[in-house]
Amino acid sequence: MRPLTEEETKVVLGKLSKYIGDNVKLLVDRPDGSYVFRLHKNRVFYVKEQIMRWATNVARKQMLSLGTCIGKFTHGGKFHLVITALDILAPHAKHKVWLKANSEQQFLYGHNVLKGGLGRITENTPTYQGVLVYSMNDTPLGFGVAAKSTQDCRHIDPGTTVVFNQADIGQYLRSEDQLS
Amino acid sequence: MEAEEESMDVEAILSAHQSKFKSTEVNKEVELQFDLGRLLATDLNEIEAQSLKTKQKDGYLLNLMRDNTQLLINEIWKFPVENNDGGISVQLPSPKTVLPREKPIPKEKEPTKWEQFAQTKGIAKKKRSKMVFDEKSQEWKPRWGYKRINDPKEDWLIEVPDNADPYEDPFEKKSEDRKERIAKNEYQRLRNIARADKSGRVKAPLPPAYAAKLNKHQVTHALGMARKSTASIGKFTPKLSKEPAAKSAGKKSKFRPVVGKKGEERALNLEILKKMSKKTDILDVKKATSKFISDEHEKAHAEKQQGIRKKKNKHVSHKAGKKPVKLMKQKARRKKR
Repeated sequence: MRPLTEEETKVVLGKLSKYIGDNVKLLVDRPDGSYVFRLHKNRVFYVKEQIMRWATNVARKQMLSLGTCIGKFTHGGKFHLVITALDILAPHAKHKVWLKANSEQQFLYGHNVLKGGLGRITENTPTYQGVLVYSMNDTPLGFGVAAKSTQDCRHIDPGTTVVFNQADIGQYLRSEDQLS
Repeated sequence: MEAEEESMDVEAILSAHQSKFKSTEVNKEVELQFDLGRLLATDLNEIEAQSLKTKQKDGYLLNLMRDNTQLLINEIWKFPVENNDGGISVQLPSPKTVLPREKPIPKEKEPTKWEQFAQTKGIAKKKRSKMVFDEKSQEWKPRWGYKRINDPKEDWLIEVPDNADPYEDPFEKKSEDRKERIAKNEYQRLRNIARADKSGRVKAPLPPAYAAKLNKHQVTHALGMARKSTASIGKFTPKLSKEPAAKSAGKKSKFRPVVGKKGEERALNLEILKKMSKKTDILDVKKATSKFISDEHEKAHAEKQQGIRKKKNKHVSHKAGKKPVKLMKQKARRKKR
């Protein structure tokens, strides 16, 4: 476990800001306590400072996880968000997509969202914007990238991909062993 | 009278001179062990631990050293002294004490593919004589080299078998085959070297021919490495005049402490965020155009709606701002209106 370097912090915050924009500031500067980012075995954890201090008593080899894992650094130095970051992203989301009840399952199986399954979408969502995916009753289901802007969504046919699936809560079952 | 006085003087001077030096005879409880080949004397007598603690420690050690050196030199004088024109010398015996070697034992050479095969098959290497008896010329000839046996240059005639290609030059084919065999052998030799190199057993130093081919970058790199390759990591390596400052060879990763001061990290992260937000202020053309197009659509839509409303003489305020749009229900709503 170690703090992120400046470059790593830039990458992580940059990636988070793709989904929640300026609200990243709210993650860094929280009124309800001090939270920090920590790197452990290539994974980035978002953890309360006090818990992190306690965790220093655990040997590096023995420690599996602390706080919330928000993503991992690939070997090439890229940062990938993982589904466990959903709880952190969801309250601060800027661009949202709501799915119709019948296409929820498709999304939870890891498929992209098609225009036909799209219930609602935040206005002025540009192309390739990071979006949070919700069910119609506002349960966060995952996140992805908008394949089409809101404007384009009005005119395309129902079979077109609208949101690329990046992570969904189905992964808790599908790839249980790869999480954490 | 005078002569007597002088002789007295000489004796006095001699005794005075002698009193300055200690006796060559040294008595020890346990005799020293000598290895004169290495000029080594080992003193097994017990050290006076008490005197090592006092202030006369240095004096005691010096005395001990002198005595032992005296004994060593006494021992050397026991050997027959040769008088050479340069001075006197003594032939020392061969050393008995075995010293550890300075360098590590050279690693065993990686066996070649053939050596491996021969070992598994139990083929032993046989010594072959250099000279071979040539039946044709009834002469002894070398197995290889100048005037060797079966020299292809001496073949002026080659029998062509029935199945051979009639348009082929057998002489050329023979030399071609030979070249091929040589090439194959060279290839196998290189492959053996490569295999040995991979296993890490053979690490040839940089050959001078290769060193001559280094470019400027490589030379500066090699120089930097050489400067650093001392016990003190190049701290005391003298510098040449006008030598360029060495570029640091590697980047050392340095991380902040795992637990810093409270709130320090938040400030750092906010600083980074501030820097990042400056960058993102640059106009995003794609976003701007899509926003523009979206606004245009909105406007047109509003105008259209207003036109309809004017006709119907109804007044409904248009919803504006960033609010979710129900795409699927939009058409239905329009129809209702």
